[in-house]
Amino acid sequence: MMCGWITQEGPQNEIVLSSRVRLARNIVNTPFPSYLSVEEAYNLLNQVETAVNKDGKRSYKLYNMSNMPVLEKQVLLEKHLISPDLAKSVKGAALVSEDGLISIMINEEDHIRIQSILPGFQMKNAWDIGNEVDDLLEETLDYTYDEKLGYLTCCPTNVGTGMRASSMVHLPALNMIGNISKILQTVTQIGLTIRGMYGEGTEFQGNLFQISNQITLGLSEDEIVENINAVTTQIVEKEREARNLLMNNNRIQLEDRVWRALGILRNARVITSQEAMKLLSDVRLGMDLNIIKNLTATQLNEIMIETQPANVQKYAGEELTPEARDIIRAEIIRKKL
Amino acid sequence: MICNECGKKPATVHITKIENGKKTNMHLCEQCALAKGVLNMNMGFSINDLLAGMLNAGAPLPIKVDFMEDPSCPVCGMKYSKFRETGRFGCGNCYKTFGDRLTPLFRRVHGNISHTGKIPKRTGGKLKIAREIESLKLQLTNAINNEEYEKAAELRDRIRALEKKNGRDE
Repeated sequence: MMCGWITQEGPQNEIVLSSRVRLARNIVNTPFPSYLSVEEAYNLLNQVETAVNKDGKRSYKLYNMSNMPVLEKQVLLEKHLISPDLAKSVKGAALVSEDGLISIMINEEDHIRIQSILPGFQMKNAWDIGNEVDDLLEETLDYTYDEKLGYLTCCPTNVGTGMRASSMVHLPALNMIGNISKILQTVTQIGLTIRGMYGEGTEFQGNLFQISNQITLGLSEDEIVENINAVTTQIVEKEREARNLLMNNNRIQLEDRVWRALGILRNARVITSQEAMKLLSDVRLGMDLNIIKNLTATQLNEIMIETQPANVQKYAGEELTPEARDIIRAEIIRKKL
Repeated sequence: MICNECGKKPATVHITKIENGKKTNMHLCEQCALAKGVLNMNMGFSINDLLAGMLNAGAPLPIKVDFMEDPSCPVCGMKYSKFRETGRFGCGNCYKTFGDRLTPLFRRVHGNISHTGKIPKRTGGKLKIAREIESLKLQLTNAINNEEYEKAAELRDRIRALEKKNGRDE
């Protein structure tokens, strides 16, 4: 399946991997998903499916969590098309657009979560697309909306816009020179938060960080987008400065690190996901600094996602032990590089 | 005790996680805890705990509240006491049912109590116009203060037109 944010070029792709917007919406006079029966949840899914296909502008593929193999769910999860909570839910489903840029999650914590995820740094476009899908759904569906509180959500931390906007940034140089914790701290002080690549509670693998808004009430969607944009822009600038600093002061060490990383990736026979992520981060840095040529950001994106545990098993066509995965992972990387 | 992760440094961060009744312990050194992101994140301390804490801690209650009173939502049956426990609503109507009790929570979580963002296109038509009128009135005051009378007249006309439109729908 196509997944646009991984395979397409995007603005400032060398540091910002993706821009994502998620909108939480619920239907009036209907208990939230955890209080719905399987049948009611299924009816809701049908309503959403009808609503989203009304204008026929995009075509969506339906993924029903109840009849999907665990591995397939994890593949979607690793591609950021569904959330961990949706994958766990038996009532959950997702409608994913053909280009993989839009994913509508149904019966997660909220009835509907519209996600748009674009390659590179283009938060406004991500919001525009999410907004458009939201308008389309609202033509048919009656949302729970309060004049004063806005869109009503299952968790009070999402009420108002129901919007979570996030940029995924690659910050190896800041991490190397040890400035990262200070930046993380500052960001949290201004109502934003930083998380690992796979969201809440996940590790900071491969120097990848997600910057997202915490506050959903009292700010407009445009203001939220502007905030994320402003902070992301500043962090990107700081990362560039750090990269220049490293290039000026430690060029040979940096080159050594980058080439070694590529050497290992090209030759390893056994590699863990963690090691691969770390080395891919070095190579990505080397590519941006022109140390390595003939490689693209999208190529590295593809390797990064295809070497995640579930994607490796999908490639192999069977469930594998972690040890066996490490061997297949090395094989995939060698083929791609 | 030595760090579970690196096996070298002494463990200074101790995390006990209880998930589905299963208890797991983790002992990490500060570096590994930072690397794993557990030091800065609220691991082992869920959003539910946090929200429940916010609701319970010194939220000023309306004066005449009977402390035994536990309203429940007419649509989904969710009780206020259950919401306080879980930090999750049962349906959209819970917001209305629990009403002003929630205000301190919103203030603490968001620093705000009113939505200023999107209004649904189809169902929110009137509200949208009302908001536009508000914004135009603000611009009108500014225009008058700046003695931009031509602009003020134009704004006034637009406000009147919108008010008429909103009134006619009633």
